[in-house]
Amino acid sequence: MSALPATVHTLKPPRVEIGPADESTQLHPAMNQASSAPEKPLYVRTRAPDWLPRVLAPFIGLALFVALWAIIARAGGRLPDPVSTWHSAVDVFSNPFYKKGPNDQGIGWNVLTSLGRVGIGFGLAALVGIPLGFMLGRFRFLSDMAAPIISILKPVSPLAWLPIGLMVFKAANPAAIYVIFVCSLWPMIVNTAVGVRHIPQDYLNVARVLNLSEWTIFRKILFPAVLPYMITGVRLSIGVAWLVIVAAEMLTGGVGIGFWVWDEWNNLNVQHIIIAIFTVGIVGLALEQGMILLARRFSYE
Amino acid sequence: MTDRYLQIDEVHMVFETRKGPFCALEEISLDIHAGEFVSLIGHSGCGKSTLLNIVAGLLKPTRGHIVLAEREVTGPGPDRGVVFQNHSLLPWLTCFENVHLAVERVFGATAKKAVLRERVHRALELVQLGHAEHKYPHEISGGMKQRVGIARALSIEPKVLLLDEPFGALDALTRARLQDELMRIVAATGSTVLMVTHDVDEAVFLSDRVVMMTNGPAATIGGILTIDLPRPRERIALAGHRRYMALRAELLEFLYRKQMREAA
Repeated sequence: MSALPATVHTLKPPRVEIGPADESTQLHPAMNQASSAPEKPLYVRTRAPDWLPRVLAPFIGLALFVALWAIIARAGGRLPDPVSTWHSAVDVFSNPFYKKGPNDQGIGWNVLTSLGRVGIGFGLAALVGIPLGFMLGRFRFLSDMAAPIISILKPVSPLAWLPIGLMVFKAANPAAIYVIFVCSLWPMIVNTAVGVRHIPQDYLNVARVLNLSEWTIFRKILFPAVLPYMITGVRLSIGVAWLVIVAAEMLTGGVGIGFWVWDEWNNLNVQHIIIAIFTVGIVGLALEQGMILLARRFSYE
Repeated sequence: MTDRYLQIDEVHMVFETRKGPFCALEEISLDIHAGEFVSLIGHSGCGKSTLLNIVAGLLKPTRGHIVLAEREVTGPGPDRGVVFQNHSLLPWLTCFENVHLAVERVFGATAKKAVLRERVHRALELVQLGHAEHKYPHEISGGMKQRVGIARALSIEPKVLLLDEPFGALDALTRARLQDELMRIVAATGSTVLMVTHDVDEAVFLSDRVVMMTNGPAATIGGILTIDLPRPRERIALAGHRRYMALRAELLEFLYRKQMREAA
């Protein structure tokens, strides 16, 4: 019986709404015009193509940014203006791979050195974090055991680990790599574990009814099912690692983009600092996009 | 032996829940002969899928046991081919690779690679999907996915084919086509089949016997209907067949008169 009034209810509103709808078109003649506009072919023809604003928008944004920068630079202070920074950048990038002693190397070497540290620290973290994530995802007890440790250590700034690294390794380079290792570790453990826990029961049932061996289950079901989660973990890790390396190198010195920033600050070469900021940003963007491409390659939907 | 090829022997199933024990199945005994097509029908929640999962070995019954071809079932195994309701194909493998996974598991130790590939080809040809073997599951329709699922289950030459509402997620026309195809395949291979369904027409059309389950909790067998329609059966001819109508009416009577009151 209760179904009948419900259907009456759903029928009613459209009729009631005719009134207000008419009113609104009278109150807002502009709306009325807009809705009838597509009937005139001339209007369509004169409009710019849909993709144009989407392509132009980023360039307009960048132009506004540079304009704002120029205005602030002109207003005073020691901020260099965009034009002089550009000339300086052309100069810096015209010879990126020179070596004049340990503390004076081209920006190319600095970036590559930083990327190398990130690569090593991150690679070690992947070697430890991914298997650990698999184990935490597969065994409830291990996961409950690790939960408080991970929860406490995850929010700690990676730089807080640096003194311990310096103490243990007694050298700047391994300490920086160790900081990258620590900060890359958590996202990879957590994401891999979540991935393992989210494998659909259906896939595991297929494995069970076929009585597949553990190794086959890992190769054909667990690993491919977890891969997208793992790549997300890797992407987050690389992002954090690239953020952290600049700060770590500022503290440890040597060669590297972070050290370069600090060195140029000591030389009071602000143009080079700005160049470094953009370089760090562009390299970070490239890493992120590379990981997104990789993730798309392994998405099965 | 052929009369008691698959024995379901006094199976009870009690689940331990937070609110105490929940008896899903009570006193289920059923013998299925070799080459027979048996359907389990009942309202949703009556435990028919639980019974199928017990036969599959995915669940262990609280009491009673399952004997298949004179061997007791103690766990899941490839002597039973299972077709799941939602196809359960692995999305990162092509149709060929999905079937190959099963074939390799069962025949990989004894047969050469070319023989395994040939087996996969034949299984996919059987469900008329030879042309789509290199497609990924997301590239084919729901009906095709379910056919790959059937091919995977049959490719390992199981002693019994277990179907868990295999066509439940498909539209009516696709479902009818797949039922026709399933009937042709079962006739060609002589498979023994246990199928869970909630579709009266599907049950009558395909089965030799229909097992009617009472509503849970403590569901049991409410009656068994022998479908004595001659084979091969033809959908359109059956539609007006008097015996078909009578059997269908009997099933409906059981499901909607005897069992509905409790279900509502």
